[in-house]
Amino acid sequence: MENKTSFLPREGEAQPSRCPDNSAFKQQRLPAWKPQLTIASVLSCFFLTGAFCLTVGVCLVLSANSVREIQIDYSDKCSDCSKLRENSSNWNKECHCSVNFTLKEDILGDVFMYYGLENFYQNHRRYVMSRSDAQLLGRNVNIQRSKCAPFSTYRNGTPMAPCGAIANSMFNDTIDLFYNRNSSVIQVPLLKTGNSWWTDKNVKFRNPESYNLSSAFAGTARPPYWQKPVYLLDEEDERNNGYVNDDFIVWMRVSAFATFRNLYRRVRRVRHFTQGLPAGNYTFRIAYNFPVTRFKGRKHVILSTVVWSGGRNPFLGIAYLVSGTAATLTGFVITGIHLKLRKKKTYFQKQ
Amino acid sequence: NLFEQFHRLANVYFVFIALLNFVPAVNAFQPELALAPVLFILAVTAIKDLWEDYSRYRSDQEINHMECLVYSRNEKKYISRYWKEVKVGDFVQLRCNEIIPADILLLSSSDPDGLCHIETANLDGETNLKQRQVVRRFLELDSEFDPLKFTSVIECEKPNNDLSRFRGYIIHKSGKKDGLFKENLLLRGCTIRNTEEVAGIVIYAGHETKALLNNNGPRYKRSKLERQMNADVLWCVLILLVMCLFSAIGHGLWVWQYGEKKKPIFDVPGPDGKYLSPVLASVYLFLTVIIVFQVLIPISLYVSIEIVKICQVYFIHQDKDLYDEETDSQLQCRALNITEDLGQVQFIFSDKTGTLTENKMVFRRCTVSGIEYSHDDNGELMATFLSNTCTSGKLNIKVIHRSQSTKTHRRTGSRAEAKRASILSKHTAFSSPMEKDITPDPRLLEKVNECAKHLEVMRSHEQPLSHLSPELCDVFDFFVALTICNTVVVTAPNQPRQKVNRFELKSPVKTIEDFIRRFTPSRLTSGSNSSSSSSLATSKSMHRFGLSMLSSTSTDSTLLKLEENSQQGRTAGAGAPEEGELRYEAESPDEAALVYAARAYNCSLVGRLSDQVSVELPHLGTLSFEVLHTLGFDSVRKRMSVVVRHPLTDEINVYTKGADSVVMDLLLPCSSDDPRGKHQKKIRSKTQNYLNLYAVDGLRTLCIAKRVLSKEEYGCWLKTHLEAESSIENREELLFQSALRIEKNLHLLGATGIEDRLQDGVPETIANLRKAGLQIWVLTGDKQETAVNIAYACKLLDHDEEIITLNAESPVNGATGNMTVGFTPLYPPSSSVLSSLGLVIDGRTLAYALEPALEDKFLALAKRCRSVLCCRSTPLQKSMVVKLVRDKLKAMTLAIGDGANDVSMIQVADVGVGISGQEGMQAVMASDFAIPRFRHLEKLLLVHGHWCYSRLANMVLYFFYKNAMFVALLFWYQFYCGFSGSSMIDQWYLIFFNLFFSSLPQLITGVLDKDVPAEVLIAVPQLYKSGQNMEEYQPHMFWMNMIDAMYQSLVCFFIPYFTYYDSEVDIFSWGTPITTIALFTIILHLAIETKTWHILFLAGTLKNIILFFFVALVYNASCPVCHPPSNPYWTMERLMGDPMFYFTCIISPVVALLPRYCVFSHIFSCM
Repeated sequence: MENKTSFLPREGEAQPSRCPDNSAFKQQRLPAWKPQLTIASVLSCFFLTGAFCLTVGVCLVLSANSVREIQIDYSDKCSDCSKLRENSSNWNKECHCSVNFTLKEDILGDVFMYYGLENFYQNHRRYVMSRSDAQLLGRNVNIQRSKCAPFSTYRNGTPMAPCGAIANSMFNDTIDLFYNRNSSVIQVPLLKTGNSWWTDKNVKFRNPESYNLSSAFAGTARPPYWQKPVYLLDEEDERNNGYVNDDFIVWMRVSAFATFRNLYRRVRRVRHFTQGLPAGNYTFRIAYNFPVTRFKGRKHVILSTVVWSGGRNPFLGIAYLVSGTAATLTGFVITGIHLKLRKKKTYFQKQ
Repeated sequence: NLFEQFHRLANVYFVFIALLNFVPAVNAFQPELALAPVLFILAVTAIKDLWEDYSRYRSDQEINHMECLVYSRNEKKYISRYWKEVKVGDFVQLRCNEIIPADILLLSSSDPDGLCHIETANLDGETNLKQRQVVRRFLELDSEFDPLKFTSVIECEKPNNDLSRFRGYIIHKSGKKDGLFKENLLLRGCTIRNTEEVAGIVIYAGHETKALLNNNGPRYKRSKLERQMNADVLWCVLILLVMCLFSAIGHGLWVWQYGEKKKPIFDVPGPDGKYLSPVLASVYLFLTVIIVFQVLIPISLYVSIEIVKICQVYFIHQDKDLYDEETDSQLQCRALNITEDLGQVQFIFSDKTGTLTENKMVFRRCTVSGIEYSHDDNGELMATFLSNTCTSGKLNIKVIHRSQSTKTHRRTGSRAEAKRASILSKHTAFSSPMEKDITPDPRLLEKVNECAKHLEVMRSHEQPLSHLSPELCDVFDFFVALTICNTVVVTAPNQPRQKVNRFELKSPVKTIEDFIRRFTPSRLTSGSNSSSSSSLATSKSMHRFGLSMLSSTSTDSTLLKLEENSQQGRTAGAGAPEEGELRYEAESPDEAALVYAARAYNCSLVGRLSDQVSVELPHLGTLSFEVLHTLGFDSVRKRMSVVVRHPLTDEINVYTKGADSVVMDLLLPCSSDDPRGKHQKKIRSKTQNYLNLYAVDGLRTLCIAKRVLSKEEYGCWLKTHLEAESSIENREELLFQSALRIEKNLHLLGATGIEDRLQDGVPETIANLRKAGLQIWVLTGDKQETAVNIAYACKLLDHDEEIITLNAESPVNGATGNMTVGFTPLYPPSSSVLSSLGLVIDGRTLAYALEPALEDKFLALAKRCRSVLCCRSTPLQKSMVVKLVRDKLKAMTLAIGDGANDVSMIQVADVGVGISGQEGMQAVMASDFAIPRFRHLEKLLLVHGHWCYSRLANMVLYFFYKNAMFVALLFWYQFYCGFSGSSMIDQWYLIFFNLFFSSLPQLITGVLDKDVPAEVLIAVPQLYKSGQNMEEYQPHMFWMNMIDAMYQSLVCFFIPYFTYYDSEVDIFSWGTPITTIALFTIILHLAIETKTWHILFLAGTLKNIILFFFVALVYNASCPVCHPPSNPYWTMERLMGDPMFYFTCIISPVVALLPRYCVFSHIFSCM
């Protein structure tokens, strides 16, 4: 092809010089900064990193330590219940159990109540995919074509609402907290709403439009593992029912690991609890519905406060401390080597 | 070719993976999305191809719509048609300066001799004119050629790509056959010159033309680095398979541990409600994770490498230092994908002529019948030319002196004239100042004069020629031979050549007058005069001497010229052609040099037609020699001959000019008893002595010999020769035989020594290249002495070097044995004297050394030597030597040459470099890189080669690192998701990470990074060794990078993991920080690896980071329903409001890069 073009007549036209431009770009002479590593820059780099990391690490560790947290494993506390739930045919039999615990000191500030699960692989690939976002947005879609299968329709063709494995396996224990104050039992007021992402509650999840919820979900059936249909998730609060139920929304946000916790309730700071949870004896009353023995899992209930840096996990602070220390130490080592070398050099120079 | 195939293989792999995604049981991503990268890659390739095709299409259009005159039978005249409509069998009429649209058989020409001159610059770059001849029988037609009367049948061979061969025959109505040869064929792409009008019949059209068949696109070679890289790609495949297998087995075990009955609720059964068995699940998973981990095989690697190489080539093209002003040419990269091989060359095989030397021949010395004429003045003149401005100033002063005697008022306004003159002379092939300008040796000049006077006297008295003394006779014949024994074409600047012009040339009276005028004793001064006038020819190149100098030179000399012209006009009359304006266009510079030399002795060639040569001789005027045959030069015979009828004696003479070794063997054996024979013998031995002397001076030697044929001998030979000429099968072979028959029993006339000046900067370049650890071998066809001398001149050999010379004495008996003996004793000294050894070997010996039994020994010896010089080697031997070194030593070889005889060597070598110089374009066509000068090799190798290599090596390593690091993140996650093949990184990020978020900075680094500045690379050639030893890309570096990638991915995975352990974090708000961390780590890693940070790199880096956040924010805000299954709505927005996100993103890259930074700074502090 090169030849072809050169066949073109070149007569008459003055041949421009083929000398390349002398521009910095074309001659590869762009102004460049070559990182020059002097001992000063290396050392200052190490020490600055170290100082920064140490500072941040200290802050993080301090704030993580200020978090009060209490975690109670209740999976075996009611042994009869866990046995009962092992057999799925007993799904509609109720089973309650109570767990007592004592707070040695007050938990001040906002107190959050979590349920925690161990060994529950919410991040399993097929599990993660098994949902229909369009359905959850209240759209009337053919869920046969979604990834919900096999939890999309029953044999008779009735679609499940909500469909998919995530929804089907929703955590359905109910946990209530009671404060035993001088032999009188006070139920700790808990907030059911405001536990999920605002965008989830208001954008991603929508109930189908209809004059009331039960008619909106007419023609659909509950998922097989559920005890009640979706429009009865919270009968007291219309805005927390159906797909926009906070517990449901929180569950639908699949966790990253097999061991995780999900926000369940927040303590409402009224009356006795304006400062948080006062020290004393408490009781969890749990409707034990969610089976965990099948996958060798555990269930926890967790009360915790929250700071700006998250929960009580001190790892990040420690990581900062360790790397800060490492950087500083390296800096010292380099300084040492450098001094030694310089001594040697001057020694040689003197000779 | 392999590269393309692997490229395709890679594409097939990616397409396969994309298709695998459509299988529901194993799909990992949204199938449409997974297709995106493959489509992107294919689109990029397609766009590139499309663009190329489009530009090709456009140029095709342009060419196809060029017009030419085609004969139409209906209208009985030539009508204008597009090129694309030209068909085989059409009659085409062409005018002067038109481009030939197809391969055309020449049937008529406006030239009375049926000649047509063409310029083949488009085909082979040779700017001289070539003669083409009308088919013999049509030549005899007196009337205008009429296509209607054409009734013959033409048979010819199938279209092929051999430009220098055409065979066929034409059968006339009468049944007679005529052979057709390449002399009758006008090739497509050539330009008609000097001929007013030609007509012919199209033989091959369109794609069947030889020009197009020769036109294969740029070559694909696979570079060494790429071969290494492909091996590592295979390693990556292996790692991928291991990872997948591990995951599959893990998944199988994970499923199995729950047993058949107690399926956990998060293990989702298949759509039919049945659970998979562990084995089946693991098989499916295997395929799934292949998709998930596919980025480990770097999809964009091949495309990126191509882009980077194109950019590198662009920058090499743009380098100002590789631009040659004299020829207005710059470096051309013809092979696009072996730039980095330039940085790894270990052996350089160089041709001598035209490569190390200028290939601008200067006639320096000659010997005629045993007497040497040293032409010392000439040498001095050369020296003044070579030395410096100072002398050129002197020259000018001389000129000024002269011009002051002329009318000074003419000085003004003559610069334009000078410019024109310089342009004019630039067009002439091989007309450097030194060639044209030869100061004759006074003694020889005298003899020539004497001889000519005698001859004139003899002619006027009708005396036989034999009365002349043998020496003078030889002198005369010597110059006649110099003048006519060649294929030089004489051109006058006013094209086309007119019939009138020629007529005038024939008339002796006018020209004799002219000649007498010219033949004045002031020849010497006029020589220096012409030298200055030709110095303005190259004044363009000399403008560094200062503008003032230039202007003075040009004005003065033009003045002189003008004056001379006017004088000429007065004396010779208007019609006479001006001697100064005759231009010689020769096929090889030797010829031109000899013709110019002869002209200096007033034997000037004034015209050449196919059957006669006009020579202007002193006192004799123009003599026309009838050329009976021209037996062209070929590399086997190493000589050429012309058979002419001598106009004075009417004898038939054969003049032969050739390499001394062959010509000396062909001389008439002289009996030692008769005195004449003795004398001859003495002459011969003397000549041989002088020849050796010339060779020692590094001159190219040629012997001139003649033979007088009797009519009978000639007649006898003619018969066989004509047979040979007209035969169609193995015509070449027969012609060769026929030439051998006539070129024997020669009478030695003399010999010439031509100097071939070294190119600028050759010794320095060689010294630098050698410091860089390159071994330089010179393979030349020249004789040993010449080659050794040039080698000394260019510092290839040193005088304190011990030189081993290998010469096989006898070609027949036991030479092989001798060689073995010859080799063995050389070992002990060579091992003890480690200092420096030079090996000189000649072609004959080389033939033995290249035999399988000896080649190992030869190599072992050659490896010890600092330099190797192979003389008298044939093109085939050259390529065999290169091949031997390439295959046996597994070394990177570079061959550099400029002529057709280097083509095979250039093609065999890993890197072929052509010098786009004097000897046509064949070498350039075959080469990967074409440079204008040998000295450019230094920068090409030491700077660009080093850069390209280190850039590409770093980039490839980085690619592997990047992908491994990214994939490993996913792999670690498999341990925490039951090996289920899920990924915490959103599939959009996963798929486009390589393509968009992390691609630009590495491309910029690959194109523009400079580990060492150019000045340092030139000043410290030793740095080149890093490329030779493959230091930048070694297997252990691949593994080091892999280990580093593993470490970094561990850090980048586990810091977020532990940070978010047992928290309410969801899978994608955890995966997004990881992606961010990985991006930061990868970019900072590159920043550490990049040696120079410049604005583009920073811009690219910033662009990528900003692009990532921008895309993430937009993508996460775009739509709450789209992008299942991740549906990361508002994830990024929420994360960016969380301080933990920032703290994680800061600490992870720091920890991940700490070791590399330590090593890096350690290395630096050690330096």
